[in-house]
Amino acid sequence: MILILLILIPLLTGVLSFSIKGEGAKMLALISSVVTMIVSAYVSGANSPEPITYSHEWIPMLGTQFSLLADGMSSMLCLLTGIVTMVVMITNFNKEVENPGSFHGFLLLAQAGLMGVFLASDALLFYFFWELALIPVYFLCSRWGGEKRIPVTFKFFVYTFVGSLMLLAALIYLSLQTQGINSYAWADIVRAGSSLPPAQQQGLFWLVFIAFAIKMPIFPFHTWQPDTYEQSPTPVTIILSALMVKMGLYAVLRWLLPVLPSGVEYWSDTVILLSVIGIVYTSLIAIKQTDIKRLIAYSSIAHMGLMCAVAFTNTNIGMHGIMVQMFNHGINITGMWLIVSMIENRWGTRDMTKLGGIATAAPAMAIMLVIISLANIALPLTNGFVGEFMLFNGLFRGDSAQHIMTMVVAGLGIILGAVYTLNMIQKTAYGEVVEMKITKDLTINEYAGLAIIISLIIFLGVYPKPLLDLTSEIAGMIVH
Amino acid sequence: MKAIIATTVFGIIMMFAGLVVNNKKSVAAIAAVLFAVLLGVNVWDLATTSPNVTDNLYFNKMLRIEHYSVWFNTLMTGCSLLYVLLLSKEIQKVGMHVAEYFALIFFILCGLYLLSSYNNLLMMFIGIEILSIPQYILAGSDKRNLKSSEASLKYFLMGAFSTGILLMGITLLYGAARSFDIMQIASMLHADFLNPLALAGIMFIMIAFSFKVSAAPMHMWTPDVYDGAPTPFTAFMSTVVKAAAFFAFLRLFQVSFNRLSEHWTIILAIITAATLLVGNITAVFQQSVKRMLAYSSIAQAGFMLFAVLAVNKFAWQGIIVYAVAYSVATIGIFSVLVKLKDYTYDGFNGLAKKEPLLAFAASVFIFSLAGIPLTGGFMAKYYVLLAVVQQGQLMWLVIFALLMAAVSIFYYFRVIIAMYFKQGTPELNSEISGTDKVLLLFTCALVILLGVAPQLFLNGI
Repeated sequence: MILILLILIPLLTGVLSFSIKGEGAKMLALISSVVTMIVSAYVSGANSPEPITYSHEWIPMLGTQFSLLADGMSSMLCLLTGIVTMVVMITNFNKEVENPGSFHGFLLLAQAGLMGVFLASDALLFYFFWELALIPVYFLCSRWGGEKRIPVTFKFFVYTFVGSLMLLAALIYLSLQTQGINSYAWADIVRAGSSLPPAQQQGLFWLVFIAFAIKMPIFPFHTWQPDTYEQSPTPVTIILSALMVKMGLYAVLRWLLPVLPSGVEYWSDTVILLSVIGIVYTSLIAIKQTDIKRLIAYSSIAHMGLMCAVAFTNTNIGMHGIMVQMFNHGINITGMWLIVSMIENRWGTRDMTKLGGIATAAPAMAIMLVIISLANIALPLTNGFVGEFMLFNGLFRGDSAQHIMTMVVAGLGIILGAVYTLNMIQKTAYGEVVEMKITKDLTINEYAGLAIIISLIIFLGVYPKPLLDLTSEIAGMIVH
Repeated sequence: MKAIIATTVFGIIMMFAGLVVNNKKSVAAIAAVLFAVLLGVNVWDLATTSPNVTDNLYFNKMLRIEHYSVWFNTLMTGCSLLYVLLLSKEIQKVGMHVAEYFALIFFILCGLYLLSSYNNLLMMFIGIEILSIPQYILAGSDKRNLKSSEASLKYFLMGAFSTGILLMGITLLYGAARSFDIMQIASMLHADFLNPLALAGIMFIMIAFSFKVSAAPMHMWTPDVYDGAPTPFTAFMSTVVKAAAFFAFLRLFQVSFNRLSEHWTIILAIITAATLLVGNITAVFQQSVKRMLAYSSIAQAGFMLFAVLAVNKFAWQGIIVYAVAYSVATIGIFSVLVKLKDYTYDGFNGLAKKEPLLAFAASVFIFSLAGIPLTGGFMAKYYVLLAVVQQGQLMWLVIFALLMAAVSIFYYFRVIIAMYFKQGTPELNSEISGTDKVLLLFTCALVILLGVAPQLFLNGI
């Protein structure tokens, strides 16, 4: 029952929010997100030794059930969703938004969709939420985004929609293979998929993987991403980059690796190759960017590429690393976007060449920027380090024949990451002081939001055990 | 059976009502009541139809009323009632002879009832004619409008042409199977009995039905007719009528030609692919929403053909869910469209600001047509895809259809973009009344209910 609350609270408050005119919507959204966060924290605490499940009759003739399941991975991602949404609501509290009722309503609906994706243990239900998370984001970007928002968001929508449709075809096919019962339950799908002949698995692999690859995004399916991140309003960029891309990775771990083992084995080298190309390619592009938002967008592709590559190495430590890094990346990237939006808010530009001297003008903000950036390049004692260390370890121990080569090339990503991140810090935080348009350092709610992020960064960097414990069991289960 | 009698009687009553009652509003009110009664009669039929099919043979076995036929009739009558309620005001504006329009719609329903339960090719032919002839009149009912007359003439000529082909097919089939009874034809036609006459007959009938359901390359008449006909009648022609033609198509091919499916599947698959391609790609380039909806109806027909292609039990479920989901959503979007003065995309600019409820309803209908989950359209597509994937041979077609579904986003979402993200002040024909709002919300609720619990609309089929 508690699981359904995770979906229902944001869903109902979201719908309610549409009817609220004026600033009350912000308060409602804040309260809703805090409550959801608390529930998700409770779920993360209570899911061992047995995962929490919930099941209800839905469309029996299609063999689909409304069944939810929260094991270590699901509850960890729900917790991430809870925290990130709450931080977004806190930091957004003093911002002026046109039509706040609809804005926050859509944000909450997106949260409900995300929770559903992470919890669904029925393939058709999963597909439902997968699509439903997209619709509110579409409206958010198209209505509150930047100048080129309409074509950009449209491209994003079409991209992901094509992927989803391929996924749908594959899911229907798989459910028909469930020996007469025609079921969509996760266990049945896994059984049906893994007993298919290898040739069929290899074909189905791409139908499924393209949907997830577009979402993550993996080179060469990434072209929607920098534009969309750039054009979206910051709260939406955060939802997209911290949470929605995790949907893709989560789906690979939950709905691809166990379901089509032979297909995965056959194509894993190809996927690793694509991911590694993506890491280097996007890192190089990131170096050339002057717009901070685009820079972070490209760096995010590089990070996701690393996680995706490791997902296909089939090593225990690698899987565990992905779980940890999914959480940490979500936290770090949220921090980065918050800082960027604060900079844009005060200086009126995101162009690095026109910025400088933040350390003098707004020292508190500069400190936060440096800490978060360092976590983003995985400096030891920040949370990023733990995950990245495990990821490279996994990549090194992988099954692939070229595992050392891929690790070395992927390792270039770390160096390049340091290059563009430090370059950004240097250009924005130091150097000649540029006058602020609105002169103020951080406000109280911005302090509060960033404090949550920073404390998580440092806490999980020094003592990552809770996160590791939460996900260790499930990581072992995915490796076959 | 009672419904067939009732709809004929109601049609005649409506014609006389036109003589007695001069007030358009009262005529429309009488019609609405009669449609509601007709729905009741259908429900009565549903309750009294014997489960034993041999009890339900009528007219020397010319009609064979089965459970799913009656259920289909009931759903389509429900859609017609919804249509009359939503678009009644617009029907009144078309011309002087309001009573006759409603009478013709009753006759169309009579044709629909025959098509859902024919057991004999002659009855099928009569059904198609009863279904078609009132439409020719409706298409031309805006007499002073040149486009409307053109639509009527074009529709009539093409319809007559396809009827000829249909008759030719029936004749050839009779030559091969020596019967008009679809059950007997089924028992005569089997894989060992390869009669060229029969195969030619099947091809002719397939082509004739392709005309009726506007499948490519026999779709040429559709955009002009749908665009030229008065908008409220386009809404009816492209939904309930089309669904009826599909149901007849499926019935014949499922019952009689099932065992010869290896001979015609590939041709129908190519027709399907062509329909999807032409419908979707051409729709992208339209500037008028009405014309876009005409092409979209071709594209949707491509999906409905999936049900005919898949000769299995999912096909019946598929066609019924698709017929309802597509009809409700299309009637809904047309009922929004008729409120606007300007039928181009620009006419929708800024509708969300001016009439949030209208824009919201239109978005729900558009989502349904595009097949977004949680709406009826998704479940409809899902069922027909399920049917074809189950059949097993046509994965290429499934993937092609899904790519085309992605293309459909381009033209469907232009409406949403115009309504929500563009600035403008759309001109409305009339104020949106409270009843309109309630009805639109009810229709939205139906669309979502179909998407969440499609089993309610299948009644155990």
